[in-house]
Amino acid sequence: MLDRLQELHDEAMKKVAESEDLNDLKEVRIAYLGKKGPITEVMKGMGKLSAEERPKVGQKANEVRESVKSYIEEKEKAFEEAAMLEKLKKESIDVTLPGRPVPKGSRHPLTSVVETIEDVFIGMGFNVAEGPEVETDYYNFESLNLPKHHPARDMQDTFFITSDLLLRTQTSPVQTRTMEKHEGQGPVKIVCPGKVYRRDEDDATHSHQFMQIEGLVVDEGIRMSDLKGIFATFVKQYFGEERDIRLRPSFFPFTEPSAELDISCAMCGGKGCRTCKQTGWIEVLGAGMVHPNVLKMGGFDPDKYSGFAFGMGVERFAMLKYGIDDIRHFYTNDKRFLTQFTRV
Amino acid sequence: MLVSYKWLKEYVNLDDLTPAEVAEKLTRSGVEVDAVHSLSDGITNLVVGKVMKCEKHPQADKLNLCQVDVGESDPVQIVCGASNVGEGQFVAVARVGARLPGGMKIKRAKLRGEVSEGMICSLQELGFEGKVVPKKYSEGIFNFPQEMTAGEDAMAPLGLDDTVLELDLTPNRSDCLSMIGVAYEVAAILGREVNVPEPAIVASKEKASDYISVKVEASGDNPYYGANVIRGLQISESPLWLQTALMAAGVRPVNNVVDVTNYVLLEYGQPLHAFDLDRFGSEEVVVRRAADGEKIVTLDDIERTLSGDHLVITNGNDPVALAGVMGGATSEVETESVNILLEAAYFSPASVRKASRDLGLRSDSSVRFEKGVDPNSVAEAGARAASLIQQLSGGEILEGPVEFDELNKNEKEVRISLNKINSVLGTHMTAEEVSQIFDQLQFGIDEKDGEFSVTVPTRRQDISIEADLVEEAARLYGYDNIPVTLPNTPSTPGGLTAEQLKKRKARRFLEGAGMLEAVNYSLTTADKEAYFKEESKSRVKVALPMSEERSALRTTLIPHLLDDLSYNKNRNIYNVHLYEMGTVFHTEEETVTVQPDEKTFLAGALMGLWQEHSWQGEKKPADFFVLKGIVEGLLKELNITGEIRFVQSEKKGLHPGRTASLYIDGTEAGVLGQLHPAAAKEWSLPETYVFELDLSILMSFPAEAVRYEAIPRYPGMDRDIALVVDEDIKAEELEKVIVAHGGSLLSTVSVFDLYQGENLEAGKKSLAFSLRYQNREKTLTEEEITEVHTKVLQALEEKLGAKLRA
Ligand SMILES: [Zn+2]
Repeated sequence: MLDRLQELHDEAMKKVAESEDLNDLKEVRIAYLGKKGPITEVMKGMGKLSAEERPKVGQKANEVRESVKSYIEEKEKAFEEAAMLEKLKKESIDVTLPGRPVPKGSRHPLTSVVETIEDVFIGMGFNVAEGPEVETDYYNFESLNLPKHHPARDMQDTFFITSDLLLRTQTSPVQTRTMEKHEGQGPVKIVCPGKVYRRDEDDATHSHQFMQIEGLVVDEGIRMSDLKGIFATFVKQYFGEERDIRLRPSFFPFTEPSAELDISCAMCGGKGCRTCKQTGWIEVLGAGMVHPNVLKMGGFDPDKYSGFAFGMGVERFAMLKYGIDDIRHFYTNDKRFLTQFTRV
Repeated sequence: MLVSYKWLKEYVNLDDLTPAEVAEKLTRSGVEVDAVHSLSDGITNLVVGKVMKCEKHPQADKLNLCQVDVGESDPVQIVCGASNVGEGQFVAVARVGARLPGGMKIKRAKLRGEVSEGMICSLQELGFEGKVVPKKYSEGIFNFPQEMTAGEDAMAPLGLDDTVLELDLTPNRSDCLSMIGVAYEVAAILGREVNVPEPAIVASKEKASDYISVKVEASGDNPYYGANVIRGLQISESPLWLQTALMAAGVRPVNNVVDVTNYVLLEYGQPLHAFDLDRFGSEEVVVRRAADGEKIVTLDDIERTLSGDHLVITNGNDPVALAGVMGGATSEVETESVNILLEAAYFSPASVRKASRDLGLRSDSSVRFEKGVDPNSVAEAGARAASLIQQLSGGEILEGPVEFDELNKNEKEVRISLNKINSVLGTHMTAEEVSQIFDQLQFGIDEKDGEFSVTVPTRRQDISIEADLVEEAARLYGYDNIPVTLPNTPSTPGGLTAEQLKKRKARRFLEGAGMLEAVNYSLTTADKEAYFKEESKSRVKVALPMSEERSALRTTLIPHLLDDLSYNKNRNIYNVHLYEMGTVFHTEEETVTVQPDEKTFLAGALMGLWQEHSWQGEKKPADFFVLKGIVEGLLKELNITGEIRFVQSEKKGLHPGRTASLYIDGTEAGVLGQLHPAAAKEWSLPETYVFELDLSILMSFPAEAVRYEAIPRYPGMDRDIALVVDEDIKAEELEKVIVAHGGSLLSTVSVFDLYQGENLEAGKKSLAFSLRYQNREKTLTEEEITEVHTKVLQALEEKLGAKLRA
C-alpha cells in the first residue's frame, strides 16, 4: 500500500507540474484529493492492515496529501500572480497622453497690476478709493489747479460731453472728491485705480482709453522726503529689492514741487541699454507735493496740512513687467494674449 | 525748443563742459533735454572750394564739369549734377575720402568718362533737413554768400561744428523758449554769469512818429505796442552766421530782415513782425478787435475769416496782421522792400490763444505769446532787432520807437521762510544755501532770520507763490540730495471695502470657473447696442467724437464681448469664454446736463466648447445650463441673502425660448441666455451664450453670515421619484410642491433626470427628483418616511397632475 501511495503521489505531482492553469489544478485537486479520489480509496482499505502497518500507511497517506496539496497551492499562487501580472499588463496606459484639463481662467494683466499695486499700498496703510469716469470740469481740471484756458490743459486732450462734463483725463479728480469727504481732517491715504480717456489716436504706444493709479497722502508734516521713502518701499516690493529710484524735477499743475520718478533699469542693472535709452533709468510715474491751491479746494488748510500725490500708468507698468510691446493688446482680448497671464 | 550749443556759449562760459554734460545737468534740474544731436554727424574732409571753371559735360547734358580750387596748387575736376553751380562760386566740397552723414563715403569716380575727384554738396547732403534749407539752395548745391578762402575747413563756417540740444519743455517753463532764458537757466545751475548783448542803436535825426502813429483800441489784450521805422535798407541774403544759427534752431533762412526777426524771437523769446512800410496802406497803426466776418489773407496765402474775439493790427481800415499769430500778405516784406515798420508788442496770452485755436494756426510767435512773454524784454528785443537789421541791411533807424505803453513791468515779490522750505522738503538747508540758490537764479533777495523776501525777474512768470520758490530751491539743491524718510505720522489701517472685496471674489470665482477676463473700451456706437437695447434718445454722447465707432458711452458690456469673440473666431480660435467687469453709463435726460448714472456691470460670453478632452472624445458645448451654473456659482460665492429666481423672459437680442431674468427678492438683477441667432449672424458667431448682471444690485444684498450647523448624527435616506407631467410644467413648480409637503423631514431635493420622447404620452415629459429625508434627532423608520413621501406624491398629483412613471 505504501508503494501504491508513493505511486499516486508521483502521479499527482506530475499532473500538478503539467497543469497549465487554475482549472487544471482544480481538476488535479478533485481527482487526487477529493472524497472519491484514489488516496481516499487506498485509505478505505486500511482496515485490512495490521496494527503496526496501519499508522505507517496513515502517516504516508497524510504525507502524500499534504505534499500534493501544498504543491497545488504553490502552483495556484504562481498562476494567480501570473494572471494578475497579465491583467495589469493589459491595463497599462500611455501616461504621456495629456491629462484632463481642470478649468483655468485668467486675470487680465491690467487687473493683475492694479491689484498687486493696491495690495502693496494697503500694506502701507492705504485705502482704495474710486470715482466716476464721467467727471465735471471742476473735478477733472479746476479743483486740480487747472482753471479754464490754462495752457497746461493742452497736455491732455479731452473728450468733452458738454462744456462742463467730460470723460476724466486722469484719476486725479478722485483726490479732490476724497479730500472733500474728509472735511479738512487728516490723514488721507488712498490709491485710486481707474480708467481714463484722452483724445489720442490708438497706436502701439497710445490708447484713447487707459488705466491709471493715483495716490494721495495728506497729513500734518508730510514732506517730499516721505514721498521718496514711500516710493523706495513701493518700488522694492513691486519691482524687486535691487531696484533704485531717483526723482527728476518736472511739472504738473496740481503738485509743486513736481517730480518724475525713475527706477533703475532691470535689463542692464543701470549700466545703460536699449530699453532705457542708454540712461540706466526708466521713467515710471509722476509725483509731487500737493499744490496749496489743490489742498485748499479740497477743504484742507495748506498752512497746517501738506501732502504728496502720484500717478502711474497701469499699461506702462504691465508693459515693463511682462515685456509687452503694443498697448493695443490690452484691449483686443485675443485668447492667445489673455491666457499668457494664467500664471500671474 | 532747439538750442544751438555754439549760440548758447555766446551768453555763458561753457568751455569746460561738453554738450552732453550740460544736457544731463539741465535734465536733472527740471528742463528735460530729449536729445543731443551733433550736427557734424560723422562728416570728414569737407573744405571750401572755389569753382574756377564750369562747363557742360561732353557726354551728358545734365552734368557739369567743374574745375575747383581746393587750396592746392592745381584745381581738381568734379562732376556736378546741380543746375545752380556756376563759375566764381564758393562751394562746400567733400574731398575724395570724405565721409558724409549716413555713412556715405566719397571716392574718386569716373562719370561718363570724366574723372570726378570729390563732390560739391547740397545742404541736404550735409544733413540739414529740407524744411530748414533756404529756398535758393533747396534744389541744388549750396554756395557761400560771402568771400571765403579756398581749401579752408568748411565745417565751422557751415555751423557743422555745433551740437543741438532738443528741449522738451513743460508748460510752466516758457522762459526757456528763448536762448537768453536757457542761458539764465544754465548759468543758475552752474553758478555762472550771463552776458546779454546790449543793443546798440544809432538813430537818425528823423522821427519815426513822422511816418507812423500808433493807436490801441484794445489795451487789455495789447498793453504795449512799439513801432520802429527803418528806412533805406536793402533786402538780401543773410550772412552765414545768421543763416546757420537759424538752421540749427530749425528755422529756414529767408532774407536779412525776416531772419533778424526770427533770430531775435529765438534769442529773447519775443515775437516781432516787420511790415513793408510802403505797402502798409496808411500812416497809422490801429490795434483793435476784428469785426465779425472780417477777412484777412495771412502770409501763407490763406484767407481767414475772423470774429470779434480776434485781435488784429490794421492800417486804420483793413487788417494787416493777426496780432501775435501771423502777418498779412499785403504788407509782407519782399525783396524790393526799402522801408519797414518793425513791430514789437505784448499781446495777452488769452487773446492769442483764442485766435490760434479758432483758426487752427500755431506759429513760433503764437506759442510764445500764449505762454506770456517777458514784459521787460519787449522793447529791448525791438531795439535789438532794429540794430541788427541796420547792421545787416544798411538802413537807417528813425528816432523812436513810436509806442503805446500801459504794460505792467513790475517784478513780483514773494515771501518765504527757511523753515517752510525745509519742512516741505524734509531737508536741512541753511539760510546761506538758500540765499545762494536764489542768487544763482538772479532773483533779488532780502533775508532776515531765515525770512526771505524774494524779487522775481519778470522773465520767470511761472513764479508767484511760496510753493514756486520751494520748487526752485529743491531743484537747484538737487532732488538727489533730499533725504529718504517715511512719514512720521501715526500709522493707519489700510484695506479694501466690503464692496471692493466682493468684486475681487467675483473675479476669482470666474477665473476659477475657466473664464478669461477681458477689458474693452467704454466708448462705442449706438448702432452696436441697438441689437440689445430699445434705441433711447437719452444716451451719453461725446461732443466731438474721434470716430463714429467711439461716439457714445456703453450701456451694456455685451456688444464688445461679442466683438472679442468675433475677433478670436476670425483667427480660428473657436472656444472662448470671456467675462468683463466694467462701468456702464445711463442717463434719463435727453440732453445730458448732469453726470450719468455709473454702474458696475459683470458680463460674460461663451462660444464653442465649454469643456473638451479631445483624445477621450469628450466634447461639452457651452449651453444655457453651463451659463446658469456659472451665474448660480457666482451668487453662491457672493453669499447673497434673498430669494434667487430665474424667470423665463424675452429680451432684445436673446433667444426668446432660452433666456432667463435673474431676480433677487423680486428685483431684476441681470439676464442670461442664448444670443439671438439674428444677432449671432450679425457678429458671425456660432451658438453663443451671454449673461450680464448689475453688480451694484448684487452688492446691495448683504452677505449672509456664516454659522456652523451641527453635522447630523443619523444617516439620511434617499427616495428617487420619476414624475410624468405636462411638458409646460416647470421643474421649479414641482420642486416647490415637494418642498411644501416634505415637512421638516425633507432635507434636500434635486433634479437628476429629464426625459422626453418614446414611451411617453405626447405632450408629456418625465422629470426625476431625488429626495433626501433626514431626522436630526434619531434614525428615521421606513414608516415615517413612507408617511411623508406619500403626502408629497399625493400633492404632486393633485396640484400638478404628476404621476409616478411606471
Ligand atoms: Zn537699461
